[in-house]
Amino acid sequence: MRSNLTFDFTVDKANKSILIKREFDAPVSMVWDAYTKSEYLDQWWAPRPWKARTKHMDFRPGGEWRYAMVGPEGEEHWAIARYRSVTPQQGFDVQDAFTDAEGTINTNMPQANWKVTFQPQGERTIVEFVITYEKLEDLEATIQMGFKEGLSMAMEQLDEKFAAGKK
Amino acid sequence: MRRDVFQAIADPTRRAIILLIAAQAMTPNAIAAHFDITRQAVSKHLQILAECELVTQAQSGREVIYELNGAKMGEVDKWLEQFRKIWEDRFTELDKVLLTIKKQRNEK
Repeated sequence: MRSNLTFDFTVDKANKSILIKREFDAPVSMVWDAYTKSEYLDQWWAPRPWKARTKHMDFRPGGEWRYAMVGPEGEEHWAIARYRSVTPQQGFDVQDAFTDAEGTINTNMPQANWKVTFQPQGERTIVEFVITYEKLEDLEATIQMGFKEGLSMAMEQLDEKFAAGKK
Repeated sequence: MRRDVFQAIADPTRRAIILLIAAQAMTPNAIAAHFDITRQAVSKHLQILAECELVTQAQSGREVIYELNGAKMGEVDKWLEQFRKIWEDRFTELDKVLLTIKKQRNEK
């Protein structure tokens, strides 16, 4: 992470939400495009080594983005983002869920509501996420999934850090 | 009632207790002396921390002392760090995408 760009990350268990705030070194018009156009989202949305692959995207209230997170072995996890409200260059509300390849929502997996807002900061932009889960268990499950999936490298680094801390 | 580590650390008094006994294992009375709340309230907090396995009880002579379960605290850190890391990486990728967009638009 570049230290000159602010990054806040807070898990608010009492409100079943995660708050994320990040500054980007680009004006709102560009950052907005990176968040709302699939050709850009495909380049950054999936945590590496996973890649996002868009099936279709219709960015407008009532529209949806259907995409797969594709793993290094070619495994696919399908997801849907349903846009509930859009205020161009300012923010949008979206409901996110896991689906099968046909787009049927898997109700056993956590669903979340995302409120994303964009604020100009001179030539930079601050993006704020409020991700709210219906149940506390969903928030925990999401954290645990991140824990399990494909991020062994980060895990090992943490293990080393903890091992060093215990000595 | 469901108890987990996150519930335990959601309360500021419990976080203060954790910090306190991280330095040194203590008796409930010694812990209570650091707070302006009743001994009963401190006991309740300790009970929750114990149920979440963040603290463990040990016998020291005739007294019970509470000590921090470091492994369990590490688990909390790990979960949050892991999740935070995903976002950090994601945003680093986005920084690159934004650089590309900037270049493209400047060429036009």
